[in-house]
Order: sequence, then C-alpha cells, then structure tokens
Amino acid sequence: MNSNYSRFTQQELPAWQPILTPRWVITIFTLIALVFIPVGLAAFSASQRVVEVEYEYDTECIPDSYKDNATAYIKDDNTNKTCTQKLSIKSKMQAPIFVYYQLDNFYQNHRRYVKSRSDEQLRTKDKENDVSSCSPEDYVTINNKSEPIVPCGLIAWSLFNDTYKIQNKDKEVVINKTNIAWASDRTTKFGSDVYPKNFQASGLIGGAKLDPTKPLSEQEDLIVWMRTAALPKFRKLYGKIETDLEANDEIVVVIENNYNTYEFGGKKSLVLSTATWIGGRNNFLGIAYVVIGSMSLLLALGFLLLYILKPRPLGDPTYLSWNKNPGGLR
Amino acid sequence: MDQVENFPNFSSSMNNSSRNSTFGHSGSKPVSYGSKGADSGALSMSQKEISDEDARLVYVDDPERTNERFEFSGNSIRTSKYSIITFLPRNLFEQFHRVAYIYFLIIAILNQLPQLAVFGRGVSILPLAFVLFVTAVKDAFEDWRRHKSDKVENNRIASVMVDGQFQGKKWKDVKVGEIVKIAANETIPCDIVLLSTSDPTGVAYVQTTNLDGESNLKTRYAKQETQAKVPEKERFIGLIKCEKPNRNIYGFQGNMEVDGKRLSLGSSNIVLRGCELKNTNWAVGVAVYCGHETKAMLNNSGAPSKRSQLETHMNLEIIMLSVFLVALCSVTSVCAAIWLKSHKNELDLMPYYRKLDFSEGEMESYQYYGWGLEILFTFLKSVIVFQVMIPISLYISMELVRVGQAYFMIRDSRMYDAATNSRFQCRALNINEDLGQIKYVFSDKTGTLTENKMEFQCASIWGVDYSSTEASLEHGHQAECSAQVDGKVLKPKMKVKVNQKLLQLSKNSFRNVEGKQIYDFFLALAACNTIVPLVVDTSDPTVKLIDYQGESPDEQALAYAAAAYGFMLIERTSGHIVIDIHGKRQRFNVLGLHEFDSDRKRMSVILGYTDNSVKLFVKGADTSMLSVIDKSLNAEILRATETHLHSYSSLGLRTLVIGMWDLSVSEFDQWHFAFEAASTALLGRAALLRKVASNVENNLCILGATAIEDKLQKGVPESIESLRTAGIKVWVLTGDKQETAISIGYSSKLLTNSMTQIIINSNNRESCRRHLQNALVKSRQPLAASAVPNNFEGFSDAIGTPIALIIDGTSLVYILDSELEEELFELASRCSVVLCCRVAPLQKAGIVALVKKRTADMTLAIGDGANDVSMIQMADVGVGISGQEGRQAVMASDFAMGQFRFLVPLLFIHGHWNYQRLGYMIIYNFYRNAIIVLVLFWYVLFTAYTVTTAINEWSSMLYSIIYTAFPTIVVGILDKDLSKRILLKYPQLYGAGQRREAYNKKLFWVTMADTFWQSIVVFFVPLFAYWGSTVDISSIGDLWTLSVVILVNLHLAMDIIRWNWVIHAVIWGSIVATVICVMIIDAIPTFSGYWAIFNTAATGLFWLCLLGILIAALLPRFAVKYIYQYYYPSDIQISREAEKFANQRVIGGNRQIEMYPIPDGPPR
Repeated sequence: MNSNYSRFTQQELPAWQPILTPRWVITIFTLIALVFIPVGLAAFSASQRVVEVEYEYDTECIPDSYKDNATAYIKDDNTNKTCTQKLSIKSKMQAPIFVYYQLDNFYQNHRRYVKSRSDEQLRTKDKENDVSSCSPEDYVTINNKSEPIVPCGLIAWSLFNDTYKIQNKDKEVVINKTNIAWASDRTTKFGSDVYPKNFQASGLIGGAKLDPTKPLSEQEDLIVWMRTAALPKFRKLYGKIETDLEANDEIVVVIENNYNTYEFGGKKSLVLSTATWIGGRNNFLGIAYVVIGSMSLLLALGFLLLYILKPRPLGDPTYLSWNKNPGGLR
Repeated sequence: MDQVENFPNFSSSMNNSSRNSTFGHSGSKPVSYGSKGADSGALSMSQKEISDEDARLVYVDDPERTNERFEFSGNSIRTSKYSIITFLPRNLFEQFHRVAYIYFLIIAILNQLPQLAVFGRGVSILPLAFVLFVTAVKDAFEDWRRHKSDKVENNRIASVMVDGQFQGKKWKDVKVGEIVKIAANETIPCDIVLLSTSDPTGVAYVQTTNLDGESNLKTRYAKQETQAKVPEKERFIGLIKCEKPNRNIYGFQGNMEVDGKRLSLGSSNIVLRGCELKNTNWAVGVAVYCGHETKAMLNNSGAPSKRSQLETHMNLEIIMLSVFLVALCSVTSVCAAIWLKSHKNELDLMPYYRKLDFSEGEMESYQYYGWGLEILFTFLKSVIVFQVMIPISLYISMELVRVGQAYFMIRDSRMYDAATNSRFQCRALNINEDLGQIKYVFSDKTGTLTENKMEFQCASIWGVDYSSTEASLEHGHQAECSAQVDGKVLKPKMKVKVNQKLLQLSKNSFRNVEGKQIYDFFLALAACNTIVPLVVDTSDPTVKLIDYQGESPDEQALAYAAAAYGFMLIERTSGHIVIDIHGKRQRFNVLGLHEFDSDRKRMSVILGYTDNSVKLFVKGADTSMLSVIDKSLNAEILRATETHLHSYSSLGLRTLVIGMWDLSVSEFDQWHFAFEAASTALLGRAALLRKVASNVENNLCILGATAIEDKLQKGVPESIESLRTAGIKVWVLTGDKQETAISIGYSSKLLTNSMTQIIINSNNRESCRRHLQNALVKSRQPLAASAVPNNFEGFSDAIGTPIALIIDGTSLVYILDSELEEELFELASRCSVVLCCRVAPLQKAGIVALVKKRTADMTLAIGDGANDVSMIQMADVGVGISGQEGRQAVMASDFAMGQFRFLVPLLFIHGHWNYQRLGYMIIYNFYRNAIIVLVLFWYVLFTAYTVTTAINEWSSMLYSIIYTAFPTIVVGILDKDLSKRILLKYPQLYGAGQRREAYNKKLFWVTMADTFWQSIVVFFVPLFAYWGSTVDISSIGDLWTLSVVILVNLHLAMDIIRWNWVIHAVIWGSIVATVICVMIIDAIPTFSGYWAIFNTAATGLFWLCLLGILIAALLPRFAVKYIYQYYYPSDIQISREAEKFANQRVIGGNRQIEMYPIPDGPPR
C-alpha cells in the first residue's frame, strides 16, 4: 500500500490557499487605485498634449452648382476637383506631424469587402491567377482574353485617391509618404516582384490607379489601405510632415477631391495630428482609468468602514449554520 | 411483539396442514413486488415442457448433425466492438448519437455552402473533428485491448473428441455437440452438460469465481446413466433437448435421450464457460452452448447507464443558451434587414456591393440574393459564428474530468480495503457528481452493515442454553478436535470458541438421553449441509487443514462449530459422508438431500446408518421450523427453545432451528418412491421435489437451535452516525426478521433510545391503512411540540424526538403499488430512520422507487448480494460491496468498494468534491463560451450587421480547444474546496450538495449577468480607445482575443481555492500558449493579419487597454465575491477559513486575536 501512496494520488499536493480576508481585499483595491489614478491622469494629459487639426471637406469641396448632385460631380471626369482651404494651427505642432485621411460611415469591415482580396497574389508573383476570392474584381477582359487583375478584389479596387498638398507661409510643406506602412507589410507581405497589372482597367473605376512600374511592396498607399480598418470610422496615414508648425500658423491645404463617398453618405476629413506615447488624441482611456481607480478607492474605503463597524472573526465555528440555529436558516 | 403473531396467516395455514396435504405456501397472495410472486412465476415456467420450437437439439458427439442448420454460434468470442474496417463508420455512428454533435455537424455542413462560408472550410470542422478524434482514440484503445484479450481467449487449447479420440483444439473451433474433456484446474471453454467425471459417483467440483465471484466450490453431477460410458471406446449416441440460450446462470432445463431412456437435466448437470474444474481429475461433457450463447457471455453486458442529475439540469440551461443564440442571430438578421432596406438605393456603387458593375448576363455571380434570402443567410451565418454558445467542448471536458475524478477515487487509500486487497471501483463514469447530492441511503444489512463472516455463538440443545461467550480459545482444546487420517493430523481451518461444558458433554455422549440429543444435534450440524470439505496442505507436512467450502456462510460456521465439538466432516461424495466423531471415523449414506429454497426456508438430509436405520435431519429458519415441529412432543423443551431463540435474536444473532425424525421403513419407502419419481420427472421437477420435501419434513422432533453472530463491519456505527449528521436518511432494507434487524439497528447506532419507534406489521390492507394513519398522527405530534429547538441534533428535519419506522415485508406487500404508498412516503419522510425487515429483493427496488418517484432527492443503494441487484439498479447511485456474497451486486453497481464505512469518504470527500468541481465547471464553461460569443456579437453591430469577425477564425476555433480548455479540466479534477479532514469533521458540509449550491438557476443567471458585463468591458474599452484611429481589424482582433483569454483564465484563477503546482502550470501555461498561438497565426504572411500582434503590442495603448479591461471586468465580481464571502459566509467558506487560520490561531494566538477581535456576542 505504501508504494501506492503519494501526495498526488491522495490529492494532498502542497497548495497555496488564498482567502479573501478584509486586509487582502482592502490592500488590493487600494493598490488598484494607486496604480490606476496616476496612470489615468498621465494618459489623460498625454492625450491632451496631442494637437489635432481636423477638417471635414466632403461637403465643402463640392462646388455650389453641384450641391444637390454630389454624385454626378464626383463621377464626372471633367470637373475640377481641386479644393483649397485655410486652416489655422491653434498651438504648436511638433514634428513629426502625421497627416491622415479620415473616413466615416465607410464599412471597411463589411464581410463582402474584407474577404475580397488575395493575400497569395499580393505576395507571390506566380500566384497572380489566385483571384478566386476577389470576384467581381478578379478578371478583366482585354482583347477578348480574360486577364487577372493584380491586385485583385474590392479593397484594392476602392483605393482612396484624394490627394493633399499643404502650404505654410506660401511655402510647400513636404509630406513624406515613405515608411507610412508597417515594415512587416513592406518587406514580407507585399511582394517586391509583384507589379500591378490590369488594375482599374474595367469600365468601373473605384479609386486610385497604381504605377505599374513600381512593385506592390513600394505602393505604400495601397499597403496602408489594404490594412482594412476595424471600425466604420477610421483614419489612414497619408504621410508625415517632418517640420514643426507653429501656433497661429495659417496653413493652406489643396485637396484633390476624387474619392466617391457621396454614393453612400460617407464623410471625409483631413487630419493633422501630433502623437504621444498614447497615440492620437483620445481621452477615453485616461478617463476610464481614473474612474476605475476612484471606484476601487471608494470600495477600499467602504470595505474598511464596514470592516471596522462589522467585523467577523474568520473561521469561527460558531457561525456555522448548524451551530447557530438549526431551524433558523432553513 | 411475538414472532408468531407477526405472521398469523402463515403459521395458521401451517397448523392446518396435515402430512399429506399440499404445502400451503403463500404464493397465492396478491404480490407485485414480492419474491413470492416472482417464485410462483418461475414455478409455472418450470412446469412447462420445452416444446420443440423452443428447444435446442444437440446430438451428442455429432457436431455435423447438430450444426446442420448453422443456427448455433461457434465458440469464438468477440467482445471487441470494431474491426479495422468497421471502426470508422461504427464509431462515428455511435458518437453522433449525441445531439450536440449533430448540431455541430450541421453547422459545419452549413459552413461548406459558399454563400454561408463564414470560416474557412478546414477551420470550421476543427472543433468537431478534435472532439471526435479524442473520443475515437479512446474507443480505439479500449477496443484494441479487448481484441487482444479475445485473441488470447479464442486460441486457448481444449481437449475435444475427434474421430474417437481426444485431441487438442483451439477454443474458437469448438462446436455445439462436441465432447470436451477437461482436466483438473482447467477452465471450461463453453457451457457443457456433464457426461462423466473421474469421481465414480459422477461428481465434479467447480469454482465459479470468473462467473459470479464466489470462491467456494460448487458441486455438479454427471448423470448415473452416462457416467459409466467411456467415449473413447464406444461412440456416444444421445440427444439433448434443452432450452434456448438465456442469461440465467442459476437455471438450466433440459433432458437427454440415451439408450432409449429420457434423463432430465437441471442446473446441477451443466458447467458454464469460465468456471474452473477443481478437486476432480477430469470431467467429460458435451458442449451445448458455445461462444456468445454461453451464459457467461450473455451476462457480460455492463451496468446499465445512468444519467447524472447535474447533466439533466444542465440540459435545461443548454436550452436557455440556445434561446440566447437564436435571439442573438435574430437581432443580427433583423438589423441587417433594416440596414439593407435603408441603403437599398446605395448598393449600386458601394464598394462592398457594386451592383452596377455587373452586366445583366452575369447577375448570378453577383452575390446578392435579394432581401429575403440575405436575411436568411445572415441568420445562418450568425448561427455559424455564434455556434460556441452551445459549449461543445463541455461534453468532452466533462468526460475527461470524470475520468480524472475516478482515477483519484480509485487511488484513494482511505477506500482501499486491505483485508480483501480490493480497491475502490468506478464502474460508471457518468454519475460521479451525483455522489455529492445523496439524500437517501438504502442499505442492505447482511454483508453490507455486517461482515457476513458468521461466527457460531450459542446453542440451545434440548432446552438447555450453551453459550460460548465465556469460553476460551486455549491451545489445548484445539489440539483435541483433530483427526488422524493416514498418519496425518487433520484440523479444521477456522478455530471456533467452544463452551467447555458442552464440549465435555459431547465427549461423554451416548450415556443418557441428554448425551444422545447432543450427539444428534452435532451430527445434524455436520451432516445437514452442502459443505464440501477440502484438504489443504500446510507448511507442516504432518498437519493438514480442512477447509469447508460451501455456498452459505451460515453452514460453514455450523460445520466448523461441529468440528470444534469433535464432529468433523472429512469427506463428502454424492452417496455418502464421512464424519470423524471424537476420533472415530463413521460413514453415513446420504439417501436424500432436499436443498434449501426460499419458500420452505429449510433444508433436510436423510442419512442411512450402518445399522440400516434411517434418520431425517432438518435445519431451517425458526418460523418455518416451528410450524413443522410436532408440538405435542416435548412441549417443555419447545417452549424453552423458543425463549432461547427470542433472546438470541434480540442479541442480533441469526438463529436456526434443528430438528430430526426417525423414519420408519414404510415412511422411507413412501418417501423414496416419491423422491425417485420427482427427481426423474420432466414436468415441474423443482415443484415436485419441493412437495416431496415438505411432505417428509413434518412432525419433527426438536433437537435445538443455533445462534450465529453476524458481526458488524468495522466502523459501521460511526459511519451511520456521520451519514445522519450530514442530513442523509439511512434506510435499512433487510431480509432478516424484525428482532434481528432491530438489534442490528441498535448496535449500528441506527436506532437510539431517544427515538420513538413506530412498528407496522400487518397482514391485510385495512390494518395497514389503520397503522399508517395512526403513525402519521403520531409523527405529527412531536413536530408541533418542537417549540424548543434542539441544538445538539444535527438533523435537517429538526424535530423534537426523532422517529424510527420499522415495517415488515408483509405489510409492504399491501402498501407498495397501492394508494397507501403516498401515506407511507409521507410517514417515512418524517422519520429519521426507516428499517424494513423481511423484504424480498423486488420489494427493495419497490421501496427505492417509492422514494425516487416522489422526490427530486438523490438516492443511493448499497448492497452486496444478488438480492440487492434490483435495488442497486433502481437507485440513482448503486454501490456494490465486493464481499462474501459474490459479485452480482458489484456487476450491477455503479461503484464498488470493500467496506460499508468507505461510504463516508466516498460521499463526504469525493462526492462533495466531484459535485463542487463539476458544478463549477459547467457554469464556468457556459460563461467562457458566452463571453466570446457576446464579444463577437458586439462587433457585428459595427460591421453593418454582416457577421464579420475581428477575432481570427483560427483563434476563435482554438479558443475552446487550446486557449481555455485545459485549466477548466485540471481544476475540475484537482481543485479542492475543503480538505479531507474538515469534510470528515463536519459531515454537515455535505448539505451543500443536497441543497444544490454549486449549480442552480440563480448561479446560472448571476454568472450570465457577470458575463454580460465582462463582455461589454472587453469589447467597448478597445472600441472607444481606438475609435477613429488607424487600427486595423487584425490588431484589434488580437487585442480582443488576448483579453478574453486572459480574462477567462483570471476569472477561473480567482475562483480556484487551492493552488498547487499543476494548477499554476496549467493556468499560466494556457495564457502563454495562447500568446504563442496568436503570434504563430500572425506570423503567417498569407493571412491578412500578418504581424499585427507585433505591431500593436509595441504601442502603449495596447497594454493600457489590456490592463484596463482585465481590472474593470473583474472588479464587480471580485467585490461581490468578497462581500458574499465575508458578510454572508456559507458553511464551506467558514470551514475553509477555519482550516487555514486554525493553525495560526494556535501558534500566534495574540497577534491573531488582535487582528480579528472576537466580539462579545454573535453579531446577529
């Protein structure tokens, strides 16, 4: 029998047995409060330090004559799409300043849309016929021959094609459009030997065209666009300004308003924003942390008070139901 | 109450019966749950002649002719279920008997349709395939082991008659009709009818351990007519006509035509497959049933499967979850419909519809099916996405957890019986947790509460009481009772305490009447039995031990007692016995033997003396004996004996009465004629023999009575005390008589002096009703009077004085299956103890059914004998004691163990743990799957209701397989809420299971509310934090994946009570494994989420979100848990604290008191 006896088989392994004593609980809640309130305040102040200039131009960039028929304006190749606007910088923006385009009510996470891509094709030259998931943007008929589209699918097809130019004090501000996509995408995910082919060649043009002489790995706008946004309101990085913008600077943005969001009531904005460790401007996390921290503090104080007013000796057998009142509890 | 008055109808009918009248047994009573009813059924069966179409014809030594029509199965057996070819289809077919699996199969099939392909084709089958694969591997392994054992079994060699001589033949080739020869200690290959044996009288001894676990030898006989034939010399020609194969191992009906004579065959002529031949050099027989038609194989079906109560309740919650699922899917599809409707005109150019792009000819490849179908598809797609709401992994986890729990139950040294070297056995794997909710325990008495090791205690001979209590076990006395055979000393194997006075008297017998009676008394003990003496060698070559083998432990005890008083049975053959009486060897011819049966409740033997006188010795139960004893003879002695009997049985002893009669020549001839006729009769032989027996067993002269102690098993009173403290109602159901039952009740602390006893013995329906109603009134009184609660009684039904109900089988005949059942139940539920005596096996099941039908409370039946089988199968949990009475109870049981007292650790420790663990596990699994479904659902609301998943499809499939499966299984096996010590110290803690504290509706809804909150935190914290940012689907999906997985693991961690290294490893291990899996998935360049985790995890926002989610999600649960545990502590919680802090109190008392000041009085 002794050979069979082990602490394991007898379920007597040494074990740590935590019990929620008031001391532990109050300590834990106080600790949470002590961590969360400062972190929350730090996050909040970091978010507040972000300087952001947002300009929604979708309606303002439609000439008055087309106000009632924005779709016709945007679809007409012959209309002048250039649109200029002055923006004032409220406080100093330190380089790097990120230039985003922001779309709203655009479901890049729509099931039909998300699936309409071919990751194989984007990466490998030999897989250019791998377009089965891309319908309807899979093949295009050229000279009665069915040719695969590279990059295929609705996502690539609907590539954003508004362009921005920024002038400050009559000087062109350089928007650096390199290294705006993830390095991992540039080096691995998008092939350096895959070139755009038959792109936007069918009758219906969804967005930007691509330079067929540049491999996909260098088409950073496409790479950014292909990282489909999680939520219907999203920003995508357009470029980076590597010079500071001073407070009260009046900058002029020249927008080529090409992209058709009017069809489905989408909104477009241009956003200039600095960044801190928390990313862009978003007070939510800071506030949430402070709220959680304060709640913990309140709970800690409440439990402390309760404990002082109404303590219970732990593990006192007189509290066992059968020791208290046999008839009372049941 | 006087014994005889208890059964007035019985004794009166006996008084009226004359010597020639038919035995007025009580088979005519209206019985449904009575053994008597069952017996009379069997009687009519035996009276039927086997008609030709119901019979099996076996031509002896002519297998070709026997098997002409190929209707008899060969002797090869197959216990395995599958072959290599059939494994896949059959195993899958069996697995898909589970409704849940069909649900998941349908979903996997739906997902294969292109319109509904939510997940990749491979991915969607993964969970189901995993579950099926694990089960299939388990089944395949079990089947492989069966294949192996089948192969060994089939290839054993048997000696079979081929062309006039015996040749070795593989077992699997043995055919019906062949003649088989078995040597000593060989195993019998198939069911054979004995033709001849090495014993000149045709006796063969077999051991049936493999069949029913009984280790004693049983005698089987070859017919005298066939015994003389030698099959090697002349071909044996004969025809056996017997019944079709059936599973009754104690019955066989048939006849054999040899040389124009018809011989009847019974159960004593057949030897069954699996038995071993002992003490017999060889035996020759003809195979009648082979392979799967043998009785052993027909009995090989396992215990009937029972379903645990927890699982039944769980199914209700599963239905609830299905309703949730349908609700979520409906919300999604309704929203999708509204969205489509409101964007109807915009679909043309939308990047995700692009209707304009399609020329008219190609419309079919444009995947928009119109409003109605889109809604339907959305609904089906959401079912596919939200499928894990029904936790598929729960089923497989529960199975694994139960296997793990069973392992620890089996290995528990507390439930290891050193005496029989037997471990606890888990025969049913699906009702572990029911052990934690038992409210009623139905226990057999003999062999369960008691050891069933009989010890001879007292004898009353000729009206004088000789009790052996004051006797000593001195060495000198033992040496005297030995016999010399062939220069060797023979001693009985077991030593018996002897009464010196009686020993002296027995030595000086023959001198007076008293001595004569003592002589006859011990002769009866030594002769009137079916004991087979076995001579066993000892280390000392000159000393041999006699081992008395027999079917009844009472007989063994009596034979050993007779040996101790100098009447040593040395030899028994079918024709004679040899008894060594104080050193003189005497030989008696056994002229007739009437075996014991449950109607007569006695047995008798007719001995022919060397001087040609013939004597009848009878022994039997006192009620049946007193009715056949001639009361006019020796009335004084009869009265004295009755007084002794009464005092013996009130001591808890089992009593038997011994009687004898000198048969005159005419009486003997008359009997002999009837006996011969009956034993060769073809119709209803059993009934005829019984009639012959009861005719001759009449007007006996009383010799005396014996009292045998059935010793209580170790720890029985303490166990019963604990069970009762835990609020478990213990009912004892026994076949013994009332006095014995009550006295055992007292000695086992079942009955105490403070109890009010209500005794019901009635013999008709009306008096039953009256008794019950009176008793009910009586039982209500103390309830009203219990204004002052008794603090020292821990019974859950806290009534002033506990009531004990004692009821006998005769009354139960009228109560069960009638409208009185209701009243009995009401009465019984008010009693803390119920004792049923004189109950038949089927009545035991009836009583269990009575309780089971009327309450939702769990019942447990525990027993050791064949008579407990029906009760064990009826109860929610059946426990078999692997004891003396064979293995039938064990074979029918769900759990088997060596001792009654193991019930306490089984229920209080393992039952409690199993229940707490499994209850928690089910709730946790619901939570775990619901939270990820809700997170997926919230996201759907932000994707234009198109059921996109942000969480990678591989992650969502691996979620319930790898990410979160192992911790719940390990915690389900290993976590302990309380230590063994505390659980045994406070049996009341068992009440948690009875009150269903670990799994109930309230807990389910509270957990679901918590799940709702947690899912909101998990989803909306990242949503708001990343709203209007550059975040992509894969990155936020990875954040959701990791937060859900870490959250559910921390949630589990918070509820773990004991952290040992295994639990540490598995909890932290799964989190690490998840992170690794997510990283691997994100390292595949052809997935759209390539490198997402590495990019987002490099930002501070990711980590802030993760930390914020975990704390905010668990905060309410933590606070509520604390408030509940500290201010509304359950008994389990207090005991847990006591367990942890008790030691500290002792060591650092002052410090502890400072920290936890003990208030002056109770706070409430």
